[in-house]
Amino acid sequence: MAAPSTDLSAALVLAAPAIADWLVVLPVVLMIGVGALLMMVRKSVRLHGTIAISGLVLLVLLDAALLMRVSIQGPVTMVMGRWLPPFGIAFTADLFGSLMALVSAVVALAAGVFALRDIDAAGRRYGFFPFLMLLMAGVSGAFLTGDIFNLYVWFEVLLISSFGLLILGSEPEQIDGALKYAVLNLIGTTLFLIAVGYLYAIFGTLNMADIAGKASGFRETAPLVTLTALFILAFAMKAAAFPVNFWLPASYHTPRIVVSALFGGLLTKVGIYALIRVTVMLFPVEREELSFVVAISAALTMVIGALGALAQNDLRRLVGYVVIVGIGNMLAGVAIGTPAAVSGSILYALHSVVTMTALYLMAGEAARLGGAWTLSALGGLYRRAPGFSAASLALFLAAAGLPPLSGLWPKLVLLKASLDIGAWWLAAAILLSAFIVTMALARVFLLAYWRPRSEPVLEMVPELVTAIDWRIAWPLGCLTALSIFFGLFPETVLDLSQRAAAGLAEPSAYIGSVFPGGAAP
Amino acid sequence: METPFAILIGLFFAAAIYLMLSKHTVRILLGIVLLGNAVNLLLFTTGRLTREVPPIIPNGMDALPAGAANPLPQALILTAIVISFSFFAFLLVLTYRAYQELGTDNTDEMRLAEPRDEERPPMGY
Amino acid sequence: MNTLILRTVAPVLTALMLLFSVFVLLRGHNEPGGGFIGGLIAASALAIYGIAFGVSAVRRAIRFHPMAIAGAGLLLAALSGLISIFAGVPFMTGLWIYPEILGVEVPVATVMSFDIGVYLVVVGAITSIALALEQEETEPAEAIGEQPLVRVKRPRKPAHKPKERG
Repeated sequence: MAAPSTDLSAALVLAAPAIADWLVVLPVVLMIGVGALLMMVRKSVRLHGTIAISGLVLLVLLDAALLMRVSIQGPVTMVMGRWLPPFGIAFTADLFGSLMALVSAVVALAAGVFALRDIDAAGRRYGFFPFLMLLMAGVSGAFLTGDIFNLYVWFEVLLISSFGLLILGSEPEQIDGALKYAVLNLIGTTLFLIAVGYLYAIFGTLNMADIAGKASGFRETAPLVTLTALFILAFAMKAAAFPVNFWLPASYHTPRIVVSALFGGLLTKVGIYALIRVTVMLFPVEREELSFVVAISAALTMVIGALGALAQNDLRRLVGYVVIVGIGNMLAGVAIGTPAAVSGSILYALHSVVTMTALYLMAGEAARLGGAWTLSALGGLYRRAPGFSAASLALFLAAAGLPPLSGLWPKLVLLKASLDIGAWWLAAAILLSAFIVTMALARVFLLAYWRPRSEPVLEMVPELVTAIDWRIAWPLGCLTALSIFFGLFPETVLDLSQRAAAGLAEPSAYIGSVFPGGAAP
Repeated sequence: METPFAILIGLFFAAAIYLMLSKHTVRILLGIVLLGNAVNLLLFTTGRLTREVPPIIPNGMDALPAGAANPLPQALILTAIVISFSFFAFLLVLTYRAYQELGTDNTDEMRLAEPRDEERPPMGY
Repeated sequence: MNTLILRTVAPVLTALMLLFSVFVLLRGHNEPGGGFIGGLIAASALAIYGIAFGVSAVRRAIRFHPMAIAGAGLLLAALSGLISIFAGVPFMTGLWIYPEILGVEVPVATVMSFDIGVYLVVVGAITSIALALEQEETEPAEAIGEQPLVRVKRPRKPAHKPKERG
């Protein structure tokens, strides 16, 4: 065995990673581990809640620690299996990724607590909590990975667990919604895979930092605009932007409300995250070329989403359209593309994760108190639950972007950014959509909360539920408080999102974290 | 070698898109399967086609021999095949269930989640 | 499909295939093979057993629910990636020990435990689909419920596994 030996040490990581670097992979590993544990104890349903909630609390703590570290020291990287990037799969957390990871962990914890009441024993035996854990593994993985094919894998992980959550209960309506959701999302991720294939054909690498460093060298020779257009289409499909958004209102109102809340809060935002990551960080020049198309799509998404919200009678479908309006706003930031606009998008994404989840949970609680999902049947909620109504009003204001709540600041940043580049029509679309959403939500408040309840409907409610359960009050209250806090004290989040956007526009710190010894050969 | 593959991939995509434009869920499903295969072939082609040496390190060596095929696209395809297989299994069951529950395989008639004659929200109190 | 021939052959075939699947799993160390393909072989062995003797016979024979097996595999795989935290090397780095068992040096690695985890995930997931499809019309809701955990994470492994001898 006289082997002609090759020196592998040049391709291997030899320095031991700091223990703190493990924070990059731990959120994902934790969620996979807890999910696996829950799958193993699938019969003992009573344990599920405890295990899942402790896992989610730990996830929030890990993500918070990661964010602290990243905001102090800059991006953190860990490469799997000691292989140097771009050969090994890298996990890289920058400010943008870790911010999103933390907010989504907080929201998942709130939804998990809410689910303790909302999901019955049958739903748990079916596997609600394992699916939730795997969904969070997919979401955290997507936010923290530094490898574009790995991003695709995490997309699929969260997609397949979202299928499982979507058909929990197997009612005919859910099957109908799930079929459309599954087919269209699968086509979206396949488009993403096609784009990844072309990307590999052009660059010969899948590491995002490597691509960001090399992109300028390929600009003359390779069809990067086509590639970017393909990525934009794929992620727009995941995010539900205008011409490809129809799967969202067709499916998001069918599952259990806590599942809708998770989807509305997290899944579309993962699409936006990937869109920002790829277009702003990897292909800024090509994004510039396509910005007009994206801007039109953004404006149409906003206005059509707002009009859709105005036309809905079902509370859940209405909230689904409000989610779409938010997507339009974030897309506007991507279209403008200046660091200020991108920071507006990031800020909007953070606000939207919290607010949309809370809105869905609120809709579920309103339907439980009022005994119906439709605006025509609901009424008198204000008299029955004043505290809940106040929280709902706060959330409505936040979602509509009215002061003093969290929706105001991102809209303001985006408006200023679009006026700065002279795109007055984009600014007009933002204002118009906000106005229509305000009308739609004000009508919800008038009809469902203020309107005295008509007697015949009251008869139909079997029992009057008046006591508010802690498993509902805490998640709703905390999310609302978070939204109010974002609104009243926006400095910290504003500063963080500006720094995140700056890090995307100038990714040298990101690249430096993946390639500490300078760029790859 | 790449040109015939490019044409083949184009044919796959065309057939897949044609099938997916159908109203019937089973044809859409077949279109999705074809689309997955088209993408796998595409990934395979993006790694540049060589037909000389398989990417396996022979006994007693530490690195791939020269002229070996690119192993990375093959790993990507393996992942993509597993994923598209599992999605196909899921979609197959889902389609069957949809047929059982909704009594149709025509997507135009699947209006349970979005009823055609949906009530408008009240215009006043 | 429930013929006498199949019923006579099935136990032998199942046993042989399960044995072969373990062989393929262990062979995957340095040669073509591995947990994924081994798991597929084992799952098809169980599927054959199910065709011959019915789904409940398989469920009795494997004792644990297939999803619990998959969960155990996932946990094992995740943990074997985490072991490297104690060795001061990055996540998923292969670590080797060489204990002497009966006078033979047996290399044992986290790569192997990861592969066993993959094997269990594949066995559990594919078996649960196969059983759900073989189960006729009894509980379709569960049949669909079993599907989504089919996801099998295939990490991209470099073609060559680093291995420090001695």
